[in-house]
Amino acid sequence: MLELQQITKKFGERTILDHVDLTIEDGKILCIVGQSGGGKTTLLRCISGLEQIDSGKILVNGKEFDPYVNSNNEAVIGVVFQEYNLFPHLTVLENVMLAPQMVLKKDKETATREANELLKKLALGDKGNLYPWQLSGGQKQRVAIARALAMKPQILCYDEPTSALDPGLRDTVKEIILDLKKEKMTQIIVTHDIEFAKEIADDILKVKPLSN
Amino acid sequence: MDYILEIMPSLFSGMGVTLSIFFWTLVGSLPLGLIVALGMISPFKILQKILGIYVWLMRGTPLLLQLIFVFYGLPLLGTGIVLPRYEAALVAFILNYTAYFAEIFRGGLQSIDKGQYESAKVLRLNYWQTIRKIIAPQVMKIVIPSIGNEVINLVKDSSLVYVIGLGDLLRAGNVATSRDVTLVPLILVSLMYLLMTAFFTYVLKKIEQHYSYWK
Ligand SMILES: Nc1ncnc2c1ncn2[C@@H]1O[C@H](COP(=O)(O)OP(=O)(O)OP(=O)(O)O)[C@@H](O)[C@H]1O
Ligand SMILES: [Mg+2]
Repeated sequence: MLELQQITKKFGERTILDHVDLTIEDGKILCIVGQSGGGKTTLLRCISGLEQIDSGKILVNGKEFDPYVNSNNEAVIGVVFQEYNLFPHLTVLENVMLAPQMVLKKDKETATREANELLKKLALGDKGNLYPWQLSGGQKQRVAIARALAMKPQILCYDEPTSALDPGLRDTVKEIILDLKKEKMTQIIVTHDIEFAKEIADDILKVKPLSN
Repeated sequence: MDYILEIMPSLFSGMGVTLSIFFWTLVGSLPLGLIVALGMISPFKILQKILGIYVWLMRGTPLLLQLIFVFYGLPLLGTGIVLPRYEAALVAFILNYTAYFAEIFRGGLQSIDKGQYESAKVLRLNYWQTIRKIIAPQVMKIVIPSIGNEVINLVKDSSLVYVIGLGDLLRAGNVATSRDVTLVPLILVSLMYLLMTAFFTYVLKKIEQHYSYWK
C-alpha cells in the first residue's frame, strides 16, 4: 500500500501540489487526471523520486519512505516515461537486463532469461536484438514497461501512456495494464484521456492548477 | 637513394619521439578531459569556476608559450620545479589538450537528454554506473569527430617540442637539411607526417563506424 500524506511541492515560490493526500491499495489502479499544468507529472515525479517534496510523508506498507534518496535495495517504484527514455545505444534485451545486472547483481544468464520472459510476455519476443531506433512507438513503450518490470517494482507509474499512440494501440496498453493488475501490480497512471481512465481505474484523482 | 637510407635512422628516431609525445598526451589528456568535463557540469560552483579559468587559460594562450613556460618559466619562478625536456613537453601538452578535450566532452555531456539520467535514476543505477553504462557511450559517439580533429592536430602540434630542444621528427629533418644542404630530409619528414595523419584519420574513421550501429 502506498500512502501520501500532506504532500506539498513548490517550484520556487509557486506551489504546484498543496497538501495532497492519497492512498492506493495493493493491486489497484489509480488514474490521475486533470487539465494541463495541474501538476500530474509533478506528482508522479515526486512519487518516483525525481523531485524532492517540500513537506509531507510518503509511506509504503506503513513505513516511511523517501524515494528521492532511495538507497536501500528494495525495488519499490518503477516508471514508464512519456518519452520512454530508452537507452539508444543498447539493444532491447540490454535495455531490460542492464539494471537487474548492475543494481540487483544478477548474473548474466538469470538476467537474460528473465528479460526474455518479460519480452515474450509483452509480445516483443523477436525484438530482443533490435535497437530502440528500429522500433515503433508502441514497441518502445512496451520495452519501457519491460525494463521497469525487470526491477520487480511494487508500484508501476506511467506518464501519459496513451498520448503518443494511435487508437488501436491504446487498447493494447489497456490490456497490458489490466494483465499486470491480475498479477497484483499496483499501478498509477497519469492521463489526459478521461475515457481511458474510466475504463481501467479503480480510483481517479483529479488535480487542477492552483491559483498562485 | 643511399642518402635517404643514411638519414632514415635519425628520422625514425625523431618519429619515435613524436609518437611517444603523441601517445602519452592522449593517454593523459583524454581521461583527464572527461574528469574535468564532469567537474564543469557538477553542481559545485567553485569547482566550475576554477575549471573554467583553467580551460580559458589553456585555450586562450598559445601552446608554444605554455611549453616554454613549463620548461623555462617554472624554474625561474623559484618553485624548485625543474623538469627535463621530455617531461616538460608532456606536462605542457597534457595540460593543454586536457582543456580542449574537456570542452568537447562538456558539450557532449550537455547534449545528452536529461531523460537518460532520469531513467537511470529510477532504475537505481548509481552515479558511476550511469556515467559508465549510459552516458559515456552516448557522449563518445557525439564527440568522436571533434576528438578526431584534435588528435590530428596533436600529431602536428607535437613538432612544437622543437623549441625546447627535443629531438622529434621535425628537428631530425631540419638538422639533416642544414647539415647536408638538401631539401630531401624535409620532404621525407613531410611524407612521414602525412603518413601518420592518414593513419590516424583511418583509425578514427573506423572508431566512428563502430558507433554507427545506433542512432
Ligand atoms: N522543473 C520545474 N520548474 C519549474 N516549474 C515547473 C517544473 N516542472 C513543472 N513546473 C510547473 O508546474 C506546473 C505543473 O506541471 P506538470 O508538468 O506537473 O503538469 P501536468 O499536469 O503534468 O500537465 P500536462 O497535462 O500538460 O502534462 C506547471 O505550471 C509547470 O510549469
Ligand atoms: Mg504532464
